[in-house]
Amino acid sequence: MADVSSSTNTTPTDAAMARPGRFKEFWRYFRENRGAVIGFYVFIFFLLVAIFAPILAPFEPSTQNRDFTLIPPVWQDGGDWTFPLGTDPLGRDMLSRLIHGARYSFLVGTVVVILAATGGILTGLIAGFAPKWLDTIIMRIMDIILSIPSLLLALVLVAILGPSLLNAMIAIAIVLQPHYVRLTRAAVMTELTKDYVVSARVAGAKLPRLMFVTVLPNCLAPIIVQAALSFSNAILDVAALGFLGMGAQPPTPEWGTMLAEAREFILRAWWVVTFPGLAILMTVLAINLMGDGLRDALDPKLKRS
Amino acid sequence: MLRYLLSRLLTFVPTFIGVCIISFAFIRVLPGDPIIVMAGERGVSEERYQELYEQFGFDRPIVVQFWDYFTGVLQGDLGTSYVTKRPVWDEFFSLFPATLELSICAILLAILLGIPAGVIAAVNRGKFFDRALMSSALVGYSMPIFWWALLLIIVFSGNLGWTPVSGRIDLLYFFDAKTGFMLIDSLLSGQDGAFQSAVRHLILPAIVLATIPLAVIARQTRSAMLEVLGEDYIRTARAKGLAPMRVNGVHALRNAMIPVITVVGLSVGMLLAGAILTETIFSWPGIGKWMVDSIYRRDYPVVQGGLLLVALLVMVVNLLVDLAYGLINPKIRKR
Amino acid sequence: MTLLNIKNLSVEFETAGGAFRAVDGVDIAVDENDILAIVGESGSGKSVSMLAMMGLLPWTATITADEMSFDGIDLRDLSAKQRRKVIGRDMSMIFQEPMSSLNPCFTVGFQIKETLRIHMDMDRAQRQKRAVELLELVGIPDPERRLKAFPHQMSGGMSQRVMIAMALACKPRLLIADEPTTALDVTIQAQILDLLTDLQKETGMALILITHDMGVVAETAQRVQVQYAGQKVEEQPVRDLFAHPHHPYTAALLDALPERATERHLPTIPGVVPGQYDRPQGCLFSPRCKFADDKCRAVSPPVQPRDLGLARCHYPVNAKEDAV
Repeated sequence: MADVSSSTNTTPTDAAMARPGRFKEFWRYFRENRGAVIGFYVFIFFLLVAIFAPILAPFEPSTQNRDFTLIPPVWQDGGDWTFPLGTDPLGRDMLSRLIHGARYSFLVGTVVVILAATGGILTGLIAGFAPKWLDTIIMRIMDIILSIPSLLLALVLVAILGPSLLNAMIAIAIVLQPHYVRLTRAAVMTELTKDYVVSARVAGAKLPRLMFVTVLPNCLAPIIVQAALSFSNAILDVAALGFLGMGAQPPTPEWGTMLAEAREFILRAWWVVTFPGLAILMTVLAINLMGDGLRDALDPKLKRS
Repeated sequence: MLRYLLSRLLTFVPTFIGVCIISFAFIRVLPGDPIIVMAGERGVSEERYQELYEQFGFDRPIVVQFWDYFTGVLQGDLGTSYVTKRPVWDEFFSLFPATLELSICAILLAILLGIPAGVIAAVNRGKFFDRALMSSALVGYSMPIFWWALLLIIVFSGNLGWTPVSGRIDLLYFFDAKTGFMLIDSLLSGQDGAFQSAVRHLILPAIVLATIPLAVIARQTRSAMLEVLGEDYIRTARAKGLAPMRVNGVHALRNAMIPVITVVGLSVGMLLAGAILTETIFSWPGIGKWMVDSIYRRDYPVVQGGLLLVALLVMVVNLLVDLAYGLINPKIRKR
Repeated sequence: MTLLNIKNLSVEFETAGGAFRAVDGVDIAVDENDILAIVGESGSGKSVSMLAMMGLLPWTATITADEMSFDGIDLRDLSAKQRRKVIGRDMSMIFQEPMSSLNPCFTVGFQIKETLRIHMDMDRAQRQKRAVELLELVGIPDPERRLKAFPHQMSGGMSQRVMIAMALACKPRLLIADEPTTALDVTIQAQILDLLTDLQKETGMALILITHDMGVVAETAQRVQVQYAGQKVEEQPVRDLFAHPHHPYTAALLDALPERATERHLPTIPGVVPGQYDRPQGCLFSPRCKFADDKCRAVSPPVQPRDLGLARCHYPVNAKEDAV
């Protein structure tokens, strides 16, 4: 119990040699957390659904069956096995739309995380290594972005860029990026004081090497956790933008957009509202469960930022 | 303490200027001509375009435009709404109490439920209550609140008919807004049932808005408490013969509050983001709905001014949180 | 009458790897006016037995004892509430890390007066007077001002003095000092030890000093009890123990003292205290004992008679000289 050595303390050479062991150790801790494992399986399930959506979905997501509008789910009176989860006001099959919606959520999560993480890590590395004045300027800019509520900033950005799924993703990536900058910079700052960095410097390592090879690998643990958290944040925020009509545009079967379209029917047809939201909740919950497990497994002392 | 305050205020100034620049730049620099956008699908004639272009001062150098804007901001002039022709400042302050009332209720709900829940979970670590509570907290934390709002409307307004769906009070009550806070105004009005009506309108939006802060506060309180409970001074407190209530509630909680306060401060930003969705869904006439409506209407001065004021609000709250942090953490206070 | 009497105390912790026995059949007896030192390496269960008695162990611990009485009160069947009336008042404890043992969020005065408030029938003014008195007693200058200080504004030695003042607040009959000087500078260590012995003489309370430092033992204690891997292996008056240790472990500990070293190289005891998974058969010390034979490795040793220091050993050392 006492030797839960934090993996971030190992020197880079150590880390390179011990990598398989480290992964095994990580997996052992991760597996101990039952919630995280469940989250992992649910995540994989949704991922598979997203990948094989065209095969799995019984209908095209935008096929309108005008004779079958607002059919309730199969277990309710008037339900029909043709449409297991019922149909929406335009007679489109809910199940098919939900299955295709998974694609958008994963697309959004992946793109946003890649955009925000690359930008944020680079900026954070620069801020960590830069002279004080540049560091101050960068961090002030991040403070400014952080002082505007994320959804509001994203809304305004999308309003200016024009409402579309792509612009929504860009806006959310910009909004999430300061978290990566702060996290990376803080990690770089603590690593820079350590002896192995000094020794690499003395050995004559050039700045890019110092940044990317020496220091960055040792800062990854908190960044990976942040990536999981921002994956779920991205899904939530893009769904919220879609709900406000500023994200994916109808008839795209994006879950948030589906909710927006269904709003006026909430008191008449509960299923058109319930299922898309449930899908969002399940996905986000699974990712957050995984994120918690990742955090505990990668670094027991890591704090929520 | 005074030096600490001053140094905090000093970082406030560049951030404020930065927010001014950003809110200004959004409209001028990013693609999309505001006049074309404003005109909408009907389009605008060449002459009218020129006229408007000069009227808004777009023909002058961008630096001059910014300087005018900035000096205006410092004097409290944030421009005039394209739509209502009222000053942005006035609009903001006529709507702000509604958001403030909703936010205060939500954050109070989150604090009053979240902190005790986190403490109890930490003290009963690993037991049923802890597990149940932390699972629900994670669900709350993952909740798309716009959907959560719709669900609550389906159940409480649709099926049970307990609560109204929109607005701050029933239309049959009418009285002057003395304070802007509906709960207080309805009491002052002395009209029968007005207060109850205000409460019933407030309850669902407050629950929706409180959901995520509640989950975050409960989780943070629990983890902070767990950390603190392992400290040596807790053993000391127990060795003195103090009752568990006092050890947990005074010695541990006081120390655990330090990170929790930070989180409460951060949740103000979350509250304002949440207010955008909550107010839109419940037609709550506050800042969030105002901003969304203005964005739909391309009412740029309002978007610009609102963005600035909201950012300012968050900054002021963060400053206050830092000060509270200093008050509760003696190590900072005496520095 | 013995003030504190513990017989056959065992403490087991439930861990992921099964039950772990941290204290194994330990007897402790202390009279009024007595200074008992409990000596042993880290992991020998010194602190755990005391924490068990105070009821400060987490719920994963199972405590069993044939007898556990303090001042005639049976501590075993005391309710938590009744126990809280005793601890902090008649029986108090100070800890190893004075800096982290004081709550950083409250002033020193608050923390001292809190003890007075729950145990003593005093009003506000009396508590203030007593708190000032206590700080004077432990040698803190300018006590009125110090009461308003926060723990982070004080040095380690000062914090330990405050801890002592807090422990003495209600004039306890028994003070347990758990490695009170380990975290302090050497010069401060001596001051704190002197303070403890002086206070003990003044008040006539019993003092249990938990330490791993034989040097500290020689300077302060009247009786010594040596613990190894949760068991008591020897108990003697301090002078006799230093002259004629009977257990090989005690002897090895004494040999490791720099003042007693006869060779240029300081002798050490190879190996570490057995943990949860490497507990040996037979005598627990056998893997590290230079006298151990097959019997030691197979059969648990008996407890020798009192003139052999109650040594838990098959072949107590210095036995012949004693017999003469």
